[in-house]
Amino acid sequence: MNRLGLAERLRNHFEGVYTACVQDREQFILTVPSERLLEVAQQLRDEPDLRFDMLVDLCGVDYLTYGEGSWQGERFAVVYQLLSLAHNERVRVKVFVEGDPPIVDSVVDLWESSNWYEREVFDLYGILFEGHPDLRRILTDYGFVGHPLRKDFPVSGHVEMRYDAQRGRVVYQPVSIEPREHPPRVIRRDNRYEGKDLGGRR
Amino acid sequence: MAEIRNYTLNFGPQHPAAHGVLRLILEMDGEVVQRADPHIGLLHRGTEKLAERRAFNQNIGYLTRMDYVSMVANEHPYVLAVERLLGIEPPLRAQYIRVMFDEISRILNHLFFLGTHGLDLGAMTMFLYTFREREDLFDCYEAVSGARMHTHYYRPGGVYRDLPDQMPQHQLSPWTSQKDIDRLNANRGGSLLDFLWDFTERFPACVDEYETLLTENRIWKQRTVGIAVVSPERAVQLGFTGAMLRGSGVEWDLRKKQPYAVYDRLDFDIPVGINGDCYDRYLVRVEELRQSNRIIRQCIDWLRRNPGPVMVDDRKVAPPTREAMKQDMESLIHHFKLFSEGYSVPEGEIYVAVEHPKGEMGVYLISDGANKPYRFRTRTAGFAHLAAMNELVRGHMLSDVVSVVGTIDIVFGEIDR
Repeated sequence: MNRLGLAERLRNHFEGVYTACVQDREQFILTVPSERLLEVAQQLRDEPDLRFDMLVDLCGVDYLTYGEGSWQGERFAVVYQLLSLAHNERVRVKVFVEGDPPIVDSVVDLWESSNWYEREVFDLYGILFEGHPDLRRILTDYGFVGHPLRKDFPVSGHVEMRYDAQRGRVVYQPVSIEPREHPPRVIRRDNRYEGKDLGGRR
Repeated sequence: MAEIRNYTLNFGPQHPAAHGVLRLILEMDGEVVQRADPHIGLLHRGTEKLAERRAFNQNIGYLTRMDYVSMVANEHPYVLAVERLLGIEPPLRAQYIRVMFDEISRILNHLFFLGTHGLDLGAMTMFLYTFREREDLFDCYEAVSGARMHTHYYRPGGVYRDLPDQMPQHQLSPWTSQKDIDRLNANRGGSLLDFLWDFTERFPACVDEYETLLTENRIWKQRTVGIAVVSPERAVQLGFTGAMLRGSGVEWDLRKKQPYAVYDRLDFDIPVGINGDCYDRYLVRVEELRQSNRIIRQCIDWLRRNPGPVMVDDRKVAPPTREAMKQDMESLIHHFKLFSEGYSVPEGEIYVAVEHPKGEMGVYLISDGANKPYRFRTRTAGFAHLAAMNELVRGHMLSDVVSVVGTIDIVFGEIDR
C-alpha cells in the first residue's frame, strides 16, 4: 500500500517536468510539455509506485472558442486517461500540442489501446501522431475532407449527398441548410460557485 | 500458373453476423485469417459534436442512443459527471432507482448478447428464449419513462419521476382474446416493484434454462472453447474492460473497486474467467445475469421500505411541480429558464466512469461555465474491444470470426458514436 498520496508521488517523479499538476474534484491532472510526453508516459507506466498500466481513453480538445474566446494558450490538447489496476488510481495527462499541423509523439508503443484512439483524434481533430504505424481516418466517410470536431467546422458540415437522377448516381453538393443554434450558448456566473476553487483553468 | 495463396475477403457491412454495420477486410490464407482490418464509422452520428450545441439536459437523449441494447445505463456516467461539476448529490432513493435500472439494463444487454451470440453460432432457440424475458424488462422501462427503449430517465439531480404505483395493463383488442389478456395481466396487478419482484423470482430458472441449452452443449463448446484466448497482460495492454477483462481472469469491476451510487451498500459477487477464451466470457456474462438479479432484489427491498424524493430540491436544476407553476410566478420562470436555456455549469473538467454492461463507460466533460458542455467525450468499451479484432482473430478460421464478433458483444451505436 502506498504511504504517499498520488499528488506527492507525481511531484517526486515529475518535479520540473510538468507545467501543472492540479487536483480538481479529487482527480489528478498532469499537464506536460509535448516534448517530454514519452518520457513521462514511460515512467507513469513502469515506475512501481505509479504503474498506470491501462490507457483507458485518449481524446483531443480544441480550445478555439473556450470561454467566448478568452483562451490564452495553445489551441489543441490531447488528453490521456490512465488507470492503474494495481493501485486503483486514475490520472489524467494533458498535452498541449503546437504547430500547424499539430504534431505529438504517439504512445502506441507503451499502450497498444492507443492505436485506434490516436487514429480517431487524427480523424476528428487533424492532430498528427509521430511514430503511429497506421494513421488513417477511422470514423468519417471514405474520402472525407476536414476534421469535424474542430470548433471552426460547422455542425451541418460542408457537403451533402443526394441522388442525381439525370446522371444516375449519388453526388455531393454544398449544403443547402443554414446552421442554427437553439438554445443560444451563454456563460452565466453563478454566485453559488464564486470563490470556490474549481480549478478550471490551467 | 502462379500459385495464389492469400486473398482478401470483404465481410459486411450488410451481414447478419456483423451485428450492425461492421465491415471487415480479411486477409485469408485458405480458410485461415491472416489479418483483419475492421472499417468502422458507418453509424457515426457525430454525437460529440452535436452535444456541444445542446444544453446539458438535452444531451441525455443522445447518451441513451449510444449503446442501444442497454439504454438507460448509458445515461449514468453523464448525469454523474454533470452532478459532480455542479456539486450536487441526488437523493438516496434516486440512487437506488438508478442502480436498479442499471442492473435491469445489464440483464437486457447480456440477454441480447446470449440471444445473438447463440443465433450466430447456430443455437436459434436462445434468441427466442432471451427475447421473451427482454420483453418484460422493456415493460419496466415503459412503465417508468413511457418509452420502451430510449428512456431519457436519469437527470442530473435524480431521476425524472418516481416509480409508478400501478403497472400498466394489457388492453383487450380485436386480435386478442380475454383469456390471453388475463394471462398477460396476471402479474401486473400491483406496482412496478411487484412486477419486477415477480420477474426476479422466475428469472434464475430462466437462466438455468439457457444454461441447459448451451453450457454443456458439445457444438457450443466446439465453437467457443479455446477461441480468441487473451492473457490478462494482453487484456490490460489492449484496454479491455468489463466481461472481456474479467473473462481473462482479472478481477476488476468498477462497482466494487471504485463504487459509485449505492453499489457499496449492496451484496454481490464478481465472476472471473480462467482461460480468457470465448467460452469463459460467456460463463462470466451468464453469472452476471444471476448477480444482477440479486442486486435488483436488494434494490426492490430497499425501495419498498424507503419512500422519499427522487430529485434534488434545487430549482436551478430540477423543474418545479406543475401545481407550483400554476400558482407561483417564480416557479413559472424557473420552469421556463430550465427548459429553454438550461443551467450553467461551473468551469472545470471531469472524467466519470461507470461499469456499463459492456465494460467501462466514461464521460469526459469540459465546461467553460456555459449552459452547454464545451467538450463532451464518451469513452465506450466496445471501441477498445473492436480495436483488438486483428489480434483476436489472427490464425483462426473464418467461422471463428463470427464467434469473436459475438463475444466482443459489439453494438455500433457506442463504437461509432
